[in-house]
Amino acid sequence: MVIGSMIESLKNLFSFSAERVSEMGKTIQKPEGEIKLEVKDLNFYYGDFRALKNINLKIPTKKITALIGPSGCGKTTLLRCFNRMHDLYPGSRYEGSIIFHPEGINIASPKIDVLDLRRRIGMVFQRPNPFPKSIFENVAYGLRVNGVKDKKLIQEKVEWALRASALWDEVKDRLNANAYSLSGGQQQRLCIARAIAIEPEILLFDEPTSALDPISTSKIEELIMELKDKLTIIIVTHNMQQAARVSDWTGFMYLGELIEFANTQKIFTVPSQKLTEDYITGRFG
Amino acid sequence: MSRKINSRPDIVFPIVGFLAFLMVISFLFTLIINLFIDGIEKIKDTSFYTSFPSRFPDQAGILSGWVGTLLVMAGAIFWSLLIGIPAGIYLEEYATKRGFIGKIETIIELNINNLAAVPAIIYGLLALGIFVYRFKFGESILTAGLTLSILMLPVIVVNTREAIRRIPRDIREGAYAVGATKWDTVRDHILPYSFGGILTGLIIAASRAIGETAPLITIGALTFIAFLPPSPFTSDFPFISLDKVWEVFMSPFTVLPIQIFNWVSRPQAAFQVNAAAAGFILLILTVLMNAIAYYLRQKVRRKYIW
Amino acid sequence: MFSSVTYKKFLDKLMLAVFFTAGFITIFITVGIVYVLLSDSIEFFKEVSIKEFLTEKEWTPVFATKKFGIWPLVSGTFLIAGIAMVVSVPLGLLISIYLSEYASVRVREFAKPIIEFLEAIPTVVFGYFTLLFVTPFLQKIVPNLDGFNSLAPGIVLGFMILPYTASMAEDAMKGVPQRIREASYSLGATKLRTALKIVLPAAVSGVVAGFILGASRAIGETMVVAIAAGMYPNLTLDPREPVQTMTGYIVQVALGDLPFGSIEYLSIFAVGLALFLIAFIFNSIALWLRSRIREVY
Repeated sequence: MVIGSMIESLKNLFSFSAERVSEMGKTIQKPEGEIKLEVKDLNFYYGDFRALKNINLKIPTKKITALIGPSGCGKTTLLRCFNRMHDLYPGSRYEGSIIFHPEGINIASPKIDVLDLRRRIGMVFQRPNPFPKSIFENVAYGLRVNGVKDKKLIQEKVEWALRASALWDEVKDRLNANAYSLSGGQQQRLCIARAIAIEPEILLFDEPTSALDPISTSKIEELIMELKDKLTIIIVTHNMQQAARVSDWTGFMYLGELIEFANTQKIFTVPSQKLTEDYITGRFG
Repeated sequence: MSRKINSRPDIVFPIVGFLAFLMVISFLFTLIINLFIDGIEKIKDTSFYTSFPSRFPDQAGILSGWVGTLLVMAGAIFWSLLIGIPAGIYLEEYATKRGFIGKIETIIELNINNLAAVPAIIYGLLALGIFVYRFKFGESILTAGLTLSILMLPVIVVNTREAIRRIPRDIREGAYAVGATKWDTVRDHILPYSFGGILTGLIIAASRAIGETAPLITIGALTFIAFLPPSPFTSDFPFISLDKVWEVFMSPFTVLPIQIFNWVSRPQAAFQVNAAAAGFILLILTVLMNAIAYYLRQKVRRKYIW
Repeated sequence: MFSSVTYKKFLDKLMLAVFFTAGFITIFITVGIVYVLLSDSIEFFKEVSIKEFLTEKEWTPVFATKKFGIWPLVSGTFLIAGIAMVVSVPLGLLISIYLSEYASVRVREFAKPIIEFLEAIPTVVFGYFTLLFVTPFLQKIVPNLDGFNSLAPGIVLGFMILPYTASMAEDAMKGVPQRIREASYSLGATKLRTALKIVLPAAVSGVVAGFILGASRAIGETMVVAIAAGMYPNLTLDPREPVQTMTGYIVQVALGDLPFGSIEYLSIFAVGLALFLIAFIFNSIALWLRSRIREVY
């Protein structure tokens, strides 16, 4: 009898949050100002597994939007929908639409030109992933594969990107050195330089500081905030303080659903959803 | 029973195991020393390397043998790379194993695994039936190169795939994220970073093919060749004659291992000195190639620590 | 700033087609083998009945009265491969257990390339060594050992296939997770007991797969037997007598001048077909065994 009730309460504990998702619904706010990406009823499948469920969301232009949530909630999956990174692996399927403004093209459409898309929507990864080539070639790579042949232009753009990613002063004397000779934090800034050299309109960050020490982390965070003037930024992070520090807007995801999307200040002070509050106050996740 | 095993001191087995390994070492050592001692007379004789075969054992040399080996291997390497590297890239980098094409991909993969286990002489029969008689390439350098390239192919495919597999997914994603196509990624990243591994595979495959005898006997390599293929180079522009190149491809040939086989099978003991000398040279060649491959492999592993 | 990407996309599709074609071509090798072996064998069996091929006990294609019973060749082949396994299995087991369970990393790193080098040695060199060193050496020990025999090639092949029987078996044992060994040690078992009762049974599929591939290698090996076993089709199990293997016969016929379509020409394809089938069966068993390893862990 006692054991039976214990099992019962354990069951409740585990099913608790999942039930609440359906009980309590969602709070999705529409950001003011210009909209860059508009996600409408997006479902995403890996094979038969539905990893994203009915996502609706508007990403503001030249602002920083953070996606938070416990691991496995689908935040990285959503981020990788924006530049169609899932297409590299077989068995992925999109339903719904992601409208890329101002032209209004649908990113989730199978007909889209993913090469052009990825030029316009850059990405910085969880682990620094520079190519085992020279620092210069790393940054120049995006220009080269996009057909830029003019050497002078490439040099200018590389310098500009390295300055914009606050790396120029550290590497200007050794542009031909292998990128692997840089520290982890420098490598990540190099990856940012590589991404911005082709002047994307949106830059996606997938937990960009999770492999870095605190000092490198704060440098990257500063850099992200500086980049806001130039482009729209979406950042996935497992670190709530980071989201609170850098972002203007925050989305909280759970079990493949977007539970709440609101102004960062609001979501961290007066969240509308109980689930968001539980996560932010550290009750789970 | 179990107690008996447990009570035996744990020192006996490692000694027995080590002795077994020593047997292998002494087997190899005896083999090399035996060839060296039997063949020393000819190994140090420079005319051995510059003479054609002869029915007089003391005048016979390996000139046509090593020239033939060189030409046949050049062909074999060319053909096996032409098919092997792209096939390896396809299976590792492109194949999704889904749908109808996926079924073909699975067949290609199984097929290459099976080819690795087909006895070499069967490839000789394939070459005899197809290249020699049906394609009418004859008993030529071209046929021999094609035959050995089929033997090398599985080794090259497997090594290409292994080398590519070592490159982490992050690197590929980094390239795709700036708008690279698959071919851009293969050309700029996959091939350069797996080059060392692919080269290692090539050398290993070549070191096995260079000693192959049976399939070349099957296609009818001649043992007695007292001439070299014509030189395709000319004194006038463009300094190379395509007709002559074709003549080289189609010319009959012999190779070192066949020369050795021929000398071994002769009753006169004097020819066995020639066989031992040529065998020793061939053995040293394979030792060198394997040593280079081993060194390269270590170096590649240190170069890219992902 | 950015140029058109139409060309780039075209190139991408073109290269996909090129790579796929290269992969697809490899299928034609197998198709070619099967086609050649079958079509020429069918021609052969038009002149020699399959019944004769499988029941006749003599193989005399060069005699005036030609007889085509494959058993002498099969027995020669399996006799030599059997001797090779008798040498290679115990040696391979000892070496693989020693290297996987006892040897230091340095000894292992030194030993593996040496064992694997055995596969790179030109077999014609092994043939020379067998005929002119191993056989004379054995003649001092074994009475009535013929100059051509199956014993010496068998022993040499036993060493030659160690890359399979020792090295591949060692890989299988190394693949057994460390935690399984630790569990055994924690119960007070010695290293030897752990090796024999825990590691070896756990790795048995891989070890046996290595043995079978080794045997398949010995069956398909040509030059050692062509040089040192004799060229005498002989239905015998006496390792001292000369024999001829299936591969040896193919070499013998190929050394002569082969008129296309003659019965001798056709016969080597029939023998080749039999050899191919045997190798295919052995290889399939080994692949099946190795796929089982992956299921276990």
